[in-house]
Amino acid sequence: MDYVLAALVGVFVSLGIYLLLSRSVIRMLIGMTVLGNGVNLLIFTAGRVTREVAPIVPAGLDAPAGPIANPLPQALILTAIVIGFSMFSFLLVLAFRAYKSLDADNTDTMRLAEPENAPQPPLSY
Amino acid sequence: MGLSLDASIALVALAPFLAAILAPFIHRLAGSYSAWILAIVPAGIVMLLIRLAEPVIAGGTIAAAIDWVPSYGLTLAFFLDGLSLVFALTIAGIGALIVLYSGAYLKGHPHQGRFLAYLLAFMGSMLGLVLADNMLALFMFWEATSITSFLLIGFDHNRQAARRGAIQALVITNIGGMCLLVGAIVAQHLSGTWLLSELRGLEGVLKDSALYGLVLALFIGAAFTKSAQFPLHFWLPNAMEAPTPVSAFLHSATMVQAGVYLLGRMTPVLGGTSVWTGVLVAFGGVTLIWGALGALKETDLKQILAQTTIASLGLLVLLIGLGSEAAIAAMLVYFVAHACYKAGLFMVAGAVDHEAGTRDITALGGLADKMPVTFIGAALAALSMVGLPLTVGYFAKEEMYLALVGGDWLMLVVLALLVIGNALLAGVALIVMIRPFLGDALPTPKSAHEAPVAMLAGPILLGGAGVVAGLLPDWLGHDVLAPGATAILGHAVEPHLKLALDLASPLIWLSALTWLLGIVVFRQAHAIRTVLRRLSAGLGWSADTVFDAVMFGLIRFAATVTRALHHGKLEFYLVVVFVALAVALFWPMLALGGLDWIVPTAELGDWSKRLVLPELRPYEWGVVLLAVLGLLAVLIAQSRLIAILSLGIQGTALALIFLLFGAPDLAFTQLMVEVLSVVILTIVMTNLRLDARDHRPFEDWARDGTLAVVCGAGVSLLLMLVLTGTLDTRLSDFFTATSVPIAHGANIVNVILVDYRGFDTLGEISVVMGAGIAILALLRRRKKAEGAGP
Repeated sequence: MDYVLAALVGVFVSLGIYLLLSRSVIRMLIGMTVLGNGVNLLIFTAGRVTREVAPIVPAGLDAPAGPIANPLPQALILTAIVIGFSMFSFLLVLAFRAYKSLDADNTDTMRLAEPENAPQPPLSY
Repeated sequence: MGLSLDASIALVALAPFLAAILAPFIHRLAGSYSAWILAIVPAGIVMLLIRLAEPVIAGGTIAAAIDWVPSYGLTLAFFLDGLSLVFALTIAGIGALIVLYSGAYLKGHPHQGRFLAYLLAFMGSMLGLVLADNMLALFMFWEATSITSFLLIGFDHNRQAARRGAIQALVITNIGGMCLLVGAIVAQHLSGTWLLSELRGLEGVLKDSALYGLVLALFIGAAFTKSAQFPLHFWLPNAMEAPTPVSAFLHSATMVQAGVYLLGRMTPVLGGTSVWTGVLVAFGGVTLIWGALGALKETDLKQILAQTTIASLGLLVLLIGLGSEAAIAAMLVYFVAHACYKAGLFMVAGAVDHEAGTRDITALGGLADKMPVTFIGAALAALSMVGLPLTVGYFAKEEMYLALVGGDWLMLVVLALLVIGNALLAGVALIVMIRPFLGDALPTPKSAHEAPVAMLAGPILLGGAGVVAGLLPDWLGHDVLAPGATAILGHAVEPHLKLALDLASPLIWLSALTWLLGIVVFRQAHAIRTVLRRLSAGLGWSADTVFDAVMFGLIRFAATVTRALHHGKLEFYLVVVFVALAVALFWPMLALGGLDWIVPTAELGDWSKRLVLPELRPYEWGVVLLAVLGLLAVLIAQSRLIAILSLGIQGTALALIFLLFGAPDLAFTQLMVEVLSVVILTIVMTNLRLDARDHRPFEDWARDGTLAVVCGAGVSLLLMLVLTGTLDTRLSDFFTATSVPIAHGANIVNVILVDYRGFDTLGEISVVMGAGIAILALLRRRKKAEGAGP
């Protein structure tokens, strides 16, 4: 089943990259989220998958009785999900502000920082 | 003083830096008296050095070391021998007078405190340079002098000429600094020591090595850039944009002499070969004549002096190149003589400029009546420069001629060169002494009057020192010449200076010839200047124009490169990123044979046998299918609302996968985040008029699609490859085993987050908070902008 998930990661990553290469800011945002999900699944799968046994120690024991899911990737992904969400919200508001200020959601027309015909640097000291 | 010898040497190099840090505060408190207070530091260093001088003159050295990078065996080692002592005393002695002078020269300047700080920092770097034993420390102080010189030249940074001079000096001297660093590393590689004092004993190590040529070229490169040898001399005249105290201190007496010091220091290990002699004598000789002629071309006092400094530096390099006992002795005496008279003359030039308002010798005349003390200072210095008997300059000239008289015809050519060079310099000295001060009084922009005491102290004391030293040849020979020459040559040298005019010796006649020619040059100065100016106008370009062309070419090149890389098209940036990702994924896999498992081997048979359907339960297949469907729906969604909902579907499917495979915490968080994302996106998107569809021309579509599929396939293949290996579970096992006993938590994932990786989680929370604040700021700004609108 690992291999199915590995293939699924590929689909996530492909779609995320395809959307990121779009010129529409909102689509890039969606691409970001999808790519993030793909990477989370990648970490999850790389830590090997087990069915149904959550990494929780039963009450009264010092250690789990049988094999459990690998807790380390889960801890990493938990952090990643939260940070991914922060990033998503920030980018969304940024895109929203950019749209309001520049009246554009096409990255080709957003050229405030790198204008089309930037002046030559001055040839002096 | 209860200080040990070791501690006091380190103090000599480090005290000026301390004073530099304090200088702005002292200036704020003490105002115009700050220079008098700060001059105590270099004066104290002079005292300290004199106390240390006795064992050094006796032929010993004093060494001290502070641990620097002990793990690499590096120490911040200082040592004081005859050569360092001469240089250090010159630096600190002139430094004290310059600090005083600056106080009066920049009186009332708003940034005087800063200026004094730079000046003292330079002094510390320069003292460190001449005292450093470790070659890396030498390099560090060498670069520090370049940087402080840059700051001082560009002190008047409102003028473009000052900025240009500063950048030029920095670029040229830093090229030399890099040479020095590489040279030091190669020298260390060959000899096994960083210490100059140890290197000195290993005479053959560098000279007999196959890399001798390289080491020699690197050290000569360092010395020639710093000491302004032809054809790298052009930065020095432009450095005259600095305030005059800087020109007097850095660009005549000290910093430019660092190259001379380096050559002297390396003489035992690099010198004595025919290449060494040939290169140094040739370049030194050309520089001498070039600088002397350059001086005659100028009418600005500071420019004249700058050109003569170039000439003198050439002369010093030439003498080191000759390398005989008399030549080295001449080099040391000339160094002392030059430092005294040139710094003095620069200070005189500054005083004239300060009081009369111009430095042009054609606009000055008859100032001796109005500025008698300044004139005495100028005369004392100029007579030493001419090399009249009873001045130290006389002995310098005698020694040079002594080094060459009686040699073969090549030596006689060099001798002729020296006589001509000295005659030209003597002529210039007469011009500088006589033109502004004697003759008819000319009207000047300011009504000239005597300069303040602080500005007179330097020229008078230095000029006086030149004469006193000239009157005490025994002392000069015993205390300056012998220890210095011993340090350079590595064997004991006997002083032999005598104040005796022996008419039978050819030296006196060579001196007389020099004076005679000097007077001719002085008489014909105007005609010579006209001819030289015509010649240089005919040449049309100079090293200066080449420098500009190179610098501007560099700027244009940088602009072109920047434009090519920063084209401003986001999609191309991303294409580059993902192409790099694809290469990074596939290249190692292909190179290391990671994809071999795909190709069926003979034992395994063909593909059909390998295609086994993985054992997934039906509902697991369902969830995977749901994720794929959600993703495809995002891709082909016709309206943005459907796209957003599809986004929610793939996220929920992911949450279900987490749930099915033993990660309930992840599933819960993922679900929450997904729901929030969809809700927020919907709210925002309905506010915007956005393109519903993703328009891409066919070629973009093909490019993006290929790239996406290749990257996705790469990630999948890599992950599958990872899955074939064994997992290192030590860390997970540790967490699992210790979660309850140590951290007292049953949920291992939570324990990891809040306990084992608590700081990481703190960082995560900070990121969330930062994002929240940024979002708040972005939204607030909009409200304000709307409120301010009509």
